[in-house]
Amino acid sequence: MKKKTTRKKGNSFLYTGAVLSGLMLFLILLGCFWTPYSPTAMDAAAKFQAPSWAHLLGTDNFGRDIFSRVLQGADASFLIALCVVGISCTLGVLIGGLCGYYGGLADLALTRLCDSITAFPAILLALVIVSLTGRGKYNVIFALSILFIPSFARVVRSEFARCRELNYVKSARLMGVSDGRILFRHILPNTFPVLLPAVTIGFNNAILSEASMSFLGIGVQPTEASLGLMLSDSQTYLQSAPWYALCTGGAVVLLILGFSLLSEGLQRRNGG
Amino acid sequence: MKYRILAVFLAAAVLMCSLCGCGGATSETPAPSDEIAPSSPAAPVNEITVGIAQDLDDSLDPYQMTAAGTREVMFNVFEGLVKPDSDGNFVCAVASDYSISDDGLTYTFPLREGVVFHNGAACTADDVLYSFETCAATSVTSALVEALSAAQVTAEGNTVTVALDAPNPDFLSYVASVYIVPKDYAEQATQPVGTGPFKYVSRSVQENVILEKNGDYYGTPASLDRVTYRIFEDNNALFTALNGGALDLVTHLTIDQVNNLTNGYTVLEGTMNLVQAMYLNNAVKPFDDQRVRQALCYAVDVPAMMELTAAGHGVRVGSSMYPAFAKYFDASLADAYPHDVEKAKALLAEAGYAGGFSFTIIAPSNYTPHVDTATVLAEQLKEVGVTAEVQLVDWNTWVSDVYGNRNFEATVCGFDASSLTASAMLARWVSDNGKNMINYNDPDYDAAYAAAQDPSLSEAEQTEQYMRCLEILSETAANVYTQDLADFVAINPALEGFTFYPLYVIDMACLHFAG
Repeated sequence: MKKKTTRKKGNSFLYTGAVLSGLMLFLILLGCFWTPYSPTAMDAAAKFQAPSWAHLLGTDNFGRDIFSRVLQGADASFLIALCVVGISCTLGVLIGGLCGYYGGLADLALTRLCDSITAFPAILLALVIVSLTGRGKYNVIFALSILFIPSFARVVRSEFARCRELNYVKSARLMGVSDGRILFRHILPNTFPVLLPAVTIGFNNAILSEASMSFLGIGVQPTEASLGLMLSDSQTYLQSAPWYALCTGGAVVLLILGFSLLSEGLQRRNGG
Repeated sequence: MKYRILAVFLAAAVLMCSLCGCGGATSETPAPSDEIAPSSPAAPVNEITVGIAQDLDDSLDPYQMTAAGTREVMFNVFEGLVKPDSDGNFVCAVASDYSISDDGLTYTFPLREGVVFHNGAACTADDVLYSFETCAATSVTSALVEALSAAQVTAEGNTVTVALDAPNPDFLSYVASVYIVPKDYAEQATQPVGTGPFKYVSRSVQENVILEKNGDYYGTPASLDRVTYRIFEDNNALFTALNGGALDLVTHLTIDQVNNLTNGYTVLEGTMNLVQAMYLNNAVKPFDDQRVRQALCYAVDVPAMMELTAAGHGVRVGSSMYPAFAKYFDASLADAYPHDVEKAKALLAEAGYAGGFSFTIIAPSNYTPHVDTATVLAEQLKEVGVTAEVQLVDWNTWVSDVYGNRNFEATVCGFDASSLTASAMLARWVSDNGKNMINYNDPDYDAAYAAAQDPSLSEAEQTEQYMRCLEILSETAANVYTQDLADFVAINPALEGFTFYPLYVIDMACLHFAG
């Protein structure tokens, strides 16, 4: 499992990604405890101020500090993405693992179900689910979690199906090891090299989907900050206050870039 | 494939740079001022192009029109026996005079001599009778149909008489809504014919509507020869065309659009003629307690909110009446609840909510001004310990769930008047009215409103009763009243005479080029 990289030069994707995501994670953690201003405090005298030392990223149409709102928004996006990936990954691994290991009719049915979910554009399905359950943060988490299950289930299923035929699994079975133990102690760790990039990509997709849904007005509701919601608000002021859209968009880009590079780096390290 | 991710981010970087470029170019432009001299001389031809935000796709038939945008245009083509003027009074149009009997039951309209329809036919008493019958039978406005069903219209020579079953102090406003059309003319929906100062020429779907001056108009003819309405369903495209000088007149602009306008056009400020408020459901806890509603009124800082959302533009209102209704509007009601956090806290404590409470403000997501107001009010309420969560819903959900089923705690929206009558604003808060969305229930209000309907009252006495209704709404803090939103008009500086109406119309007949 611990195969060394065959490349001579270092894995620059992995390092850049790790540094960038580390930086973003630090800012997100910082946003949980401290922001320079209250993210919701309004100030009529400080509307549409360009970036300055007082307001690092400027202020928005209500005179709210954009840096504080970006911190809080990234925070909200990150937490939502974390929940979504956590839920969908757990369920995806369970479903994919059982399907891949046991096969049979249930496998066929669940695989087809996953295929049919993937056949719809994710945002469209999310819109349908949210229109049934109502708007808001928790409904977005619910909708996205369901949508992201197939991507994990698929990856994990093929790995389990492959490992099932390998000698170490066969010998474990012959020694009378229980199925549960084989599944989770023997095979699962061997799927990590494949699972880890899937998790980082899933994380990216979750952040983007949350931003898209908030952008459309069905995710996080106003007064709370969210990167998608801020982008949606900022488009009105693209000409008069370009820093609003640029700084918010920049935050999304950096957040995604870090995890993208990280996942690309992980894939390369595993010889992908 | 390996560099796919890098390529995507490179593309994003290029896009950001280009955005920086266009942002930088315009962000330094000073705000337009009203004094800027015209950038171009008056147009050689006596015609203008007006930008409008929606197509007239409901119907051009005067009794089938539903959209406010359609009425706004066709106001120039159709007239009733009387028509509203810019002060909210009714002036004679197809009728040369009108008189109302002392018991309020009989209206007499002698017809004006020499009124000619756009198709050349003379307007006779038969046409008026036909118009009243057709309108009563086919109109899509239910209040109008209801009012007409209690009226018998007869003609004698050149005089039309309307007899009512019961007095209706607002009947004149309904008469103004019965547009007079030629008898037995079936093409109204595609080629409308009326008696107004402009005649309809043509309409291209999603492109334009063209009106031409009615040379045979009985009154002062319009100055403009031709008005072309260009349709821009995309707000940004409309603004770009306006800023580029392709349009002479655009109404209903926002403060942000006005601030971005750089072509030196004159900007006029009016109001939208609606009452924006945080409407409270008076039937749900804790808003069933008058003290809680009053506390919210003291807790919010309306001038600060207007400063944040519209740079201070707009007119504060303190009850369900907007300033264009000069007869009933009482500006002092807006000061009934000055911003006073301590008083708000004391009232909350008295009502048993010393620790505050939480509720949800619903706002229709397609109306940015309402969403912005809700956002600011929610933030202001934090100061008194009240937690308000803003929830956005689409317009259809708002209509069915909030307005229809009254399933809400608080909502920020605006109410306007469907006709130029006080009852159009006030009837809905009578406790048993079907449109009483907020479940307002106040015996004094019901009594004052009922008293205003008494036909034996003089106009001054009736006005007094309506003013009393407005005071009661304020005293009982029925809602957290905020403002009548600012409405901006950008107009070619060579054009003069633009007049704001207390209704959703633009009167093209009063526009003319300077000099």
